[in-house]
Amino acid sequence: MAISSIQQMGRNSLSVIAGLGRAAFMLVGALKPSGRGVKLLPLLIKQLYVVGVQSLIIIVVSGLFIGMVLSLQGYTILVGYGAEQSLGQMVSLSLLRELGPVVSALLFAGRAGSALTAEIGLMKATEQLSSLEMMAIDPLHQIVAPRFWAGVISLPLLAAIFSAVGIIGGHLVGVDWLGVDSGAFWSVMQSSVEWQEDIVNGAIKSIIFAIVVTWIALHKGYDAVPTSEGISKATTSTVVQSSLAILGLDFVLTVVMFGS
Amino acid sequence: MSVSDNIIEISAMNFSREDRIIYNDINLNVPRGKVTAIMGPSGIGKTTLLRLIGGQITPSSGSIKFNDQELVNIDRKSLFKARRKMGMLFQSGAMFTELSVFDNVAFPIREHTKLPESIIRKIVLMKLEAVGLRGAADLFPSELSGGMARRAALARAIALDPDLIMYDEPFTGQDPISMGVIVRLIRELNDALGVTSIVVSHDVDEVLSIADYVYIVANKTVIASGTPEELRQETAPQIVQFMQGRPDGPVPFHFPSDDYKKELFNHGN
Ligand SMILES: Nc1ncnc2c1ncn2[C@@H]1O[C@H](COP(=O)(O)OP(=O)(O)OP(=O)(O)O)[C@@H](O)[C@H]1O
Ligand SMILES: [Mg+2]
Repeated sequence: MAISSIQQMGRNSLSVIAGLGRAAFMLVGALKPSGRGVKLLPLLIKQLYVVGVQSLIIIVVSGLFIGMVLSLQGYTILVGYGAEQSLGQMVSLSLLRELGPVVSALLFAGRAGSALTAEIGLMKATEQLSSLEMMAIDPLHQIVAPRFWAGVISLPLLAAIFSAVGIIGGHLVGVDWLGVDSGAFWSVMQSSVEWQEDIVNGAIKSIIFAIVVTWIALHKGYDAVPTSEGISKATTSTVVQSSLAILGLDFVLTVVMFGS
Repeated sequence: MSVSDNIIEISAMNFSREDRIIYNDINLNVPRGKVTAIMGPSGIGKTTLLRLIGGQITPSSGSIKFNDQELVNIDRKSLFKARRKMGMLFQSGAMFTELSVFDNVAFPIREHTKLPESIIRKIVLMKLEAVGLRGAADLFPSELSGGMARRAALARAIALDPDLIMYDEPFTGQDPISMGVIVRLIRELNDALGVTSIVVSHDVDEVLSIADYVYIVANKTVIASGTPEELRQETAPQIVQFMQGRPDGPVPFHFPSDDYKKELFNHGN
């Protein structure tokens, strides 16, 4: 019993390591220069639309609501200390440092990541990837690379939009509804938000999340068992693993960036 | 037969998936300019054989030569170069779902040549006309029936005028008319373009009607080969069984398994 569970553990960790290896190979293969740069540009633009633009609505709506909730919660706490003038600082720092990168990455994993996995898994199951190979076209260049770059470019922009819309939502609730002074809202924000400390660090976070989420999504699709069950499993595990990776990495990055 | 008379030469090749041996020491040559059929029971590894020839999977030992060039353990660039001379029609068609039929056929031409769009248009329409789908050029793969998708995929497979076309089960899912069309098409493409064709199928009658040479694959190797006439004369029971489509006989119809009775009545543990 004990032996067999240890065996099982060993087998599981081996398969995890093998999976990581395959994921690394996939990414290296996709990012290797292919010498067909110009031909890939239209593919990238199409993917920017599918992955980025089509995720806009969910990002904007969620950003607005999160900003509004943040502002409302912040106000009820701050007003107890007579500090409701600092609302702008609270809303903007929470969004730029944490909620913008993290929540938009989680939404991105659910909206775009799962779709990428399902799409590539289905291409594999219907032999589209094989037939690309037989046409002497590397599916890593043709299919994986444009999607990877589209994800890496889109998510940081989406996160920025999320934060911006969130701040507008915060303003709506804090200033227009609860009556915090608009000038104070903006000026406190302006003086407390630092370029390097807050904006750059937030951007770094979302770039890292973008790489990780897109990579997981593409790998899960590319590595999927080419059946309907295999694809549905791959899609689920994209969402689960990306979400855990985002939250775990966020803690690590926060410690590194803001810990001392 | 001298070496260059064969476009494909497979010698002493072994291949296994996980622990199961699919091919054991198989030898098989495909004569240039002919239609060669590969027949065999389902699940025996016919698709696998085409994938081996296409270099998508590598044998554990042995050699596969295409145009006198060794494909086993070749570098990726040379493999891709060799593949431009191959066309493969997949069992499922494998059309690119986000492209129209026209763009599917144009795809390999656009990728591998610098021809102007006006010439590409002519080539694509010619290929589509050959498979009877010129009228369907603007449809998307999701709007095609299974048989139409197969024919569209055939148009795509011949887009670059390959030396070798591999057909994986081209007849399944075709009505009798388009079946006849495809049978004739394979023959005509073969003779008119001077290509070599490999047809994998278990439709014995159709295959025998077009093939110049036939291999029957079973038991992890080639169990018989010859011209259709030679095979019709064969008296060996396993070949007769296959040619007449009977499930029982020396060629196992079942996937390898434990004894049937034992498994049925052995539910105690
Ligand atoms: N990706 C794979 N992983 C593991 N085993 C596989 C895989 N693909 C095929 N096989 C196994 O290899 C064997 C040969 O499969 P293959 O698809 O070549 O058969 P086939 O002769 O083309 O059958 P059919 O006539 O039904 O298409 C099958 O028994 C199958 O179980
Ligand atoms: Mg098959």
